Amino acid sequence: MSVVVRIPTQLRSLTGGASEAKVDGATVGEALSALEKLHPGVGERLFDEGGQLRRFVNVFVAEEDVRFLDGLATPLSDGQTLSIVPAVAGG
Amino acid sequence: MTFVKGLRCRECGRPYPAEALHACEWCFGPLEVVYDYEAVASVMSKEYIAAGPSTLWRYAPLLPADAEGAIDLGAGFTPLIRADRLAAELGLSELWIKNDGLQPTGSFKDRVVSVALTVASKLGSKVAACASTGNLANSVAAHAAWAGMKSVVFVPADVEPAKLTATSVYGGTLVAVQGGYDDVNRLCAEIVGEHPDWAVVNVNMRAYYSEGSKTLAFEVAEQLGWKAPDHVVVPIGSGSQLTKIHKGFEELGKVGLVDSPVEVRVSGAQPAGCAPVANAFSEGSDRIRPVRPATVAKSLAIGDPADGVYAVDVVRKTGGSIAAVTDEEIVEAIGLLARTEGIFTETAGGVTIGTLVKLAAEGVIRADERVVCYVTGTGLKTVDALSSLRPTVTIPPTLEAFNQAVEVE
Repeated sequence: MSVVVRIPTQLRSLTGGASEAKVDGATVGEALSALEKLHPGVGERLFDEGGQLRRFVNVFVAEEDVRFLDGLATPLSDGQTLSIVPAVAGG
Repeated sequence: MTFVKGLRCRECGRPYPAEALHACEWCFGPLEVVYDYEAVASVMSKEYIAAGPSTLWRYAPLLPADAEGAIDLGAGFTPLIRADRLAAELGLSELWIKNDGLQPTGSFKDRVVSVALTVASKLGSKVAACASTGNLANSVAAHAAWAGMKSVVFVPADVEPAKLTATSVYGGTLVAVQGGYDDVNRLCAEIVGEHPDWAVVNVNMRAYYSEGSKTLAFEVAEQLGWKAPDHVVVPIGSGSQLTKIHKGFEELGKVGLVDSPVEVRVSGAQPAGCAPVANAFSEGSDRIRPVRPATVAKSLAIGDPADGVYAVDVVRKTGGSIAAVTDEEIVEAIGLLARTEGIFTETAGGVTIGTLVKLAAEGVIRADERVVCYVTGTGLKTVDALSSLRPTVTIPPTLEAFNQAVEVE
């Protein structure tokens, strides 16, 4: 599956300023691993030592929070958009 | 001058300059303002504060901007009302209501907006924006109008009609988003990436914005004669207000304005239809599981609360509790506060009073404590929640009809 990942400003120093990246992956976890291969350093920002998404990192597939889906195992379909968004907003 | 040393990540401790930044580049954690407390203590005496304006700007040394040139519609210094009738109903001995329904736009949001937009204007922002459940949009639009800034505010399309009107009237851009608050929030977090020069008060200005809530603690301590209360009850939407009220009391201890150590028990209030923080508290978890809100208390309908984990920390650390109350209990509590104390609060205040009732009945709030309950918005914006209320009688304009219909003892 080829998906588009939207990159938040906090990570753009690692993507050469790019706000989007195209990667392959059948699940959210695979797509984020592919993003790390494309832009080394992204992974340690997104994941804690236990391999879980950090608690202030939110990931959305087609506008839906993956915590309402299958988390990192959430399957992706071709052409979907995956957004990485800092959780620190609102209220 | 301010006493701000910079920003620091609450998760990993990395330092940042005091700019329009809100999330740590390393771990995405929230950034928090750091002050030089020794320098604050050297100027911020009780006399200094008493000589200041009757607004939240009297506490400027513990805020991230100067009082001079502040964007100030008069937020702060709302009444603290002794609530003896309500206390008697609940079996409490000393209860106070902090009535923030009496702010310029009718909610505590005027505190955080005044602070955030003052910092923003000093950083050169020309556009004021926010992700709001209604009250914040009212406040941002009003303060932007006063300051001559443009405003672009975002709300869920289904917020209370009064909150839409009370935003549109100020003439800014009001964007009604088809979705819930969490959708609005995510959209605004993405918009900040495209418009870094905008001041989205609760996104890229959030580190400064949230500091405004500390004044809810400063005022209560001052109004109690520079004493911290024993127990406070605070509504939880994002959890920021509760966290910052606690920080406010701690800071007063640090700069010597109240006795140290400060021991205020902090309890939180959530609607049962959106209780992710209450759930994490009762499950003993340090992660928040988001929920899809369905509650009459729309101003607290945040399914993915950004400061939820910190709110749980504060409540656990101080020996408080978090209760969740149903829509029926919320409406009942609005009536109870109005009947006993003459204060008409919005649904969020019903959540807080409903929680007070519950925690008093459970003995979590003790009869010997000095209790302060934060009522954070006016009831006039959420009258739809009370649509069953009607005149006692309707009569023709004659004395006879009145005497027949109404018996007044």
